[in-house]
Amino acid sequence: MKHRYLRNVATLLLSDETCIGCGRCAEVCPHGVFSVNKKKARIDDKDSCMECGACAKNCPANAITVDSGVGCTTAVIMGWLTGSEPSCDCSSSNGCC
Amino acid sequence: MSKEKSCCSSGDCSCSTEIITRYDKNDKWVTDEIHTSTGSVPVVSTKLNFKDKLGEWKVRWGIGRMNYKINPGIYAIGKPDQTSPVLVSANYKLTFDSLRKELSGMDCWILILDTKGINVWCAAGKGTFGTDEIVNRISITGLSEIVAHRKLILPQLGAPGVSAHEVTKQTGFSVVYGPVRAKDIKTFIDSDFKATEEMRTVKFTIRDRLVLTPVELVSAAKSSFIVFGVLFLLNLFVARPFGLGDFIAYTGAVVTGTVLTPVFLPAIPGKAFAWKGWLLGFLWALGYIWYSGWLIPGSLLLAIGYLLVLPSLSAYLAMNFTGSSTYTSFSGVIKEMKIAVPLIAISTVAGLVLLLVNSILA
Repeated sequence: MKHRYLRNVATLLLSDETCIGCGRCAEVCPHGVFSVNKKKARIDDKDSCMECGACAKNCPANAITVDSGVGCTTAVIMGWLTGSEPSCDCSSSNGCC
Repeated sequence: MSKEKSCCSSGDCSCSTEIITRYDKNDKWVTDEIHTSTGSVPVVSTKLNFKDKLGEWKVRWGIGRMNYKINPGIYAIGKPDQTSPVLVSANYKLTFDSLRKELSGMDCWILILDTKGINVWCAAGKGTFGTDEIVNRISITGLSEIVAHRKLILPQLGAPGVSAHEVTKQTGFSVVYGPVRAKDIKTFIDSDFKATEEMRTVKFTIRDRLVLTPVELVSAAKSSFIVFGVLFLLNLFVARPFGLGDFIAYTGAVVTGTVLTPVFLPAIPGKAFAWKGWLLGFLWALGYIWYSGWLIPGSLLLAIGYLLVLPSLSAYLAMNFTGSSTYTSFSGVIKEMKIAVPLIAISTVAGLVLLLVNSILA
């Protein structure tokens, strides 16, 4: 069963002009978001994107951007309360990854 | 092994061979040492012993989880030589164990990065499993002297931290992303470094979710001691002290949020984790209130109070599980939280007021 999360929120963007069709994005994506056809990558399933950032980091042409924030909910709430960026410091032993 | 120094084959040899990777002599998972042209490398077992399994059980329950690590460096599986593949992984012992147990019968090198004892995926997200550390570790271990080829096999889940093309540019090593799960590595190498779509896709099976729940439960239990402490103090003043019934109601909501919601995740209607937790928490609260006979006019404050507090608690704990899930985007989590957190806060405060009023006036 494929898990589905909120739709139309992923910040993933692919520039068709900049793409060189190397296929690295499809190789690293853990959710099969990309396909590569005729030397161009395409976003097939944007709602499956979990914004891990692997595609953008490994794109040699810098054709992909994605806002890949990390942080558990507790860190996000602390960030809201203190007005800082959420940061997940793993030195604490709570459930945060 | 072609450059192995022949004098080092006996245990009492006097020639000084540098130690590339330090390890504790008491570690049973190191079975031997291999001598390369640049120094000695520990050979590790592909079998997990009782201590390894106990170690896994402990960290799954959150015991010493942040300090369960091995030394970064190079390790050997079997009898690798200059042509053997190099697998890259993290120095979290649980990660290392789940990798080596899949490598029986193989001859290969494992390059362990210093990820501060964090697993590959989380470390990649934070950048400690990253380009700089790979470049650095290749240089420290002298990997270029140990192998003649120039290829690294990285776990696919390390990709969020690594720029493959940058690694190649800085070290000359090309990067191949292997499968997501260690159990597919043999097939991957045997099929000429081709991963199927199945091997490339992250799953989140009921078993995957279940093993994550003890840590969630333990962490919630720790915070609960504060709640119990406050209730204990309150009991000194109030007319209706909090007792076993309240303890069961609370514990049920915690288990609902930390265990039941993660386990039944895809089967619960809706998409937002907070909603899923709230729904199960509401069912629990309603069921328990009915069972306890609180659905009568005389216990109305108590019943409504619990219907506001318990589902909110389950919702919060379930929302926390987005951090452990393998498919939630950060933007999605923020969107969910912007709606859920204020509702949870209002509902909890309102419910606590009713419960307090009920206990003081009873």
